[in-house]
Amino acid sequence: MSAAQTDRRDRAASGVLWRTWAMLVKEFIQLRRDRVSLAMIVVLPVMQLLLFGYAINTTPHHMPAAVLLQEDTDLGRSVVKAMENTAFFDFIYLVKTEDEFDDLLQSGKVLFGVEIPRGFERGVRRGDQPAILVAADATDPVAASSALAALAQLAQTALAHDLNAGEPAVPPFEVRTHARYNPAASSRLNIVPGLVGAILTMTMLIFTALSVTREVERGTMESLLSMPITPVEIMLGKIIPYVMVGFVQASLIVGIGVTLFGVPILGNLFLLAGLSTLFIGANLAIGYTFSTIAQNQLQALQMSMMFFLPNILLSGFMFPFAGMPRWAQWVGECLPLTHYIRIVRAILLKGSTLHNMRYDAVGLVVLMLIAMTIAVSRFRRTLD
Amino acid sequence: MPEPVSSAAPPAAPAQAEIAIEVSGLTKSFGDRVVVRDLSMQVKRGSIYGFLGPNGSGKTTTIRMLCGLLTPDSGTGTCLGFDILTESDKIKRRVGYMTQRFSLYQDLSVRENLEFVARLYAVPHPRDAARDMIRRLGLVGREGQLAGELSGGWKQRLALGACTLPGPELLLLDEPTAGVDPKARRDFWTQIHDLAAEGLTVLVSTHYMDEAERCHEIAYIAYGNLLVHGTVEAVIAKSKLTTYTVTGPDLHHLAVALAGKPGVDMVAPFGTSLHISGRDLAALEASIAPYRNQRGLIWQHGAPSLEDVFIELMGRTPDNFQ
Repeated sequence: MSAAQTDRRDRAASGVLWRTWAMLVKEFIQLRRDRVSLAMIVVLPVMQLLLFGYAINTTPHHMPAAVLLQEDTDLGRSVVKAMENTAFFDFIYLVKTEDEFDDLLQSGKVLFGVEIPRGFERGVRRGDQPAILVAADATDPVAASSALAALAQLAQTALAHDLNAGEPAVPPFEVRTHARYNPAASSRLNIVPGLVGAILTMTMLIFTALSVTREVERGTMESLLSMPITPVEIMLGKIIPYVMVGFVQASLIVGIGVTLFGVPILGNLFLLAGLSTLFIGANLAIGYTFSTIAQNQLQALQMSMMFFLPNILLSGFMFPFAGMPRWAQWVGECLPLTHYIRIVRAILLKGSTLHNMRYDAVGLVVLMLIAMTIAVSRFRRTLD
Repeated sequence: MPEPVSSAAPPAAPAQAEIAIEVSGLTKSFGDRVVVRDLSMQVKRGSIYGFLGPNGSGKTTTIRMLCGLLTPDSGTGTCLGFDILTESDKIKRRVGYMTQRFSLYQDLSVRENLEFVARLYAVPHPRDAARDMIRRLGLVGREGQLAGELSGGWKQRLALGACTLPGPELLLLDEPTAGVDPKARRDFWTQIHDLAAEGLTVLVSTHYMDEAERCHEIAYIAYGNLLVHGTVEAVIAKSKLTTYTVTGPDLHHLAVALAGKPGVDMVAPFGTSLHISGRDLAALEASIAPYRNQRGLIWQHGAPSLEDVFIELMGRTPDNFQ
């Protein structure tokens, strides 16, 4: 070592630079080797931008609606047509009975139901100002409010063409709106049940995502694999404690929601508990799958984050599901949280039954089975 | 325990019950790197079999194949009479495997770790079994301590206890004494001999020559190839190595001068002495003749140590890491 070299190292200012440089070079090398972190750097902002830019819409249009036509007349159809022209409604169901009408709203298949009463045409022609009933699922007040506001203008203009009367002085009929399930349009009622799902997703994912990688990282997996225990036994043993944790969390959130925020419990709590088990199981299995893919705990956490984000944005938790484009809705249907949020909201706020929620319950079962199959098959029995 | 005899076992197998491990032609590669090549070995029941070799020589891989943690690419074998390819479940129930790295739960206490193992193996009365083991290990009073807080020697003792608790017939110990002080190592080996006396078969890998000399039989494996096996005496005899031990001043110069000379297969410094070994006695003596009478040097002709044999073997084996 030359004297000049030693000299340089002793000079404080350049020493700081050299040491910082050494650290920086090392960090870059490590970052370059960490594929998942690299992916995060690119995927996370791109995913967020695309989702916020293309998928999310806080004033949703083309929301699913049903019409109960109690008389099939020109004027009735004109009203429906005029509603469709506002671009807020898509009439995807035409029903004949009140029961069907209620089931569609109860199960969340439609957000709006329009009832054209018997004698509507005659009433209009006689100048009786008959009322059409618009029932809105107001569990999500944001989604419902702009559409309901648009209806206020409707009565004035909808039948102008049919009646050849120009702008009538008095509207020829009345629109009676009924915000079901959440008449005060309180957003808390919408958020609290959704929060049950969002929080369960986050904690369940993280708990299990770390569980297998932790064993691998600490070296305990090797001796575990050499012992007489099967992958399914390991998975069940790891998942079941967290099912209980999930129940404690869910009870806590619902309990606080009811006592502090006045969230009603209109449906059956046992039904909610049963369906919650499915949901918790699905998330645990997904977390477990990440755990078998990730090479260390950091990667497992990063994967959970990347899964959690679309869950929050596309499930209808934060933004109205009906407002999203078709492709985003399809993605949303593949997430357990989407189905669970519908279920919690429906059971707590609408008093829905299993019969109403059968579609989402089946969705949860299917997603849970898929996730568990992947988790078990991904789990390696050997170290190969 | 009566030994169920596999119907697939060849009828000519000599005294099945006397052999704990019998494998032939085991090969395993990771990517295009062959880690174990065509390995065959036989371990008698109740014996302590030492597995020696440099780092990365395939010892751990072989042990993992024996207990079903890795699937061999080719080769066949039985472990305790069960096929290592198809009956790893049965093998796992009868084998205690102690990994190279401490692999009990650091955040569980001594007692909790032992109870976990006992329950996994469906040992009746796991609490009692754990308590007995704690007493046997001399850990009474420390059963509530977290395993991660134990010292290196105690950790290793606990790990051995966890391996033996379910009453295995075979112990696979992968470098069990790495990083453990000499006293603890000595105690550990006393325990191993006690276990073998009770009828347990022990396969143990190690780097330490003094440990190798405590085994009934040893095998030397380097870069995936099993080079030599047998008792310590047999291995030394088979090497046909002659060793001269030199003491005196400036041994470094002598070592440089002799290295690579005809007949000199190995020159290795041992503290204040130098070991010079070769298989061709005549050539070796011719090469050292000019230095025999150098002033201050004391030459001694003797049998090679096990270490000489291994270092020479290692020097002869091509490294497959290039």
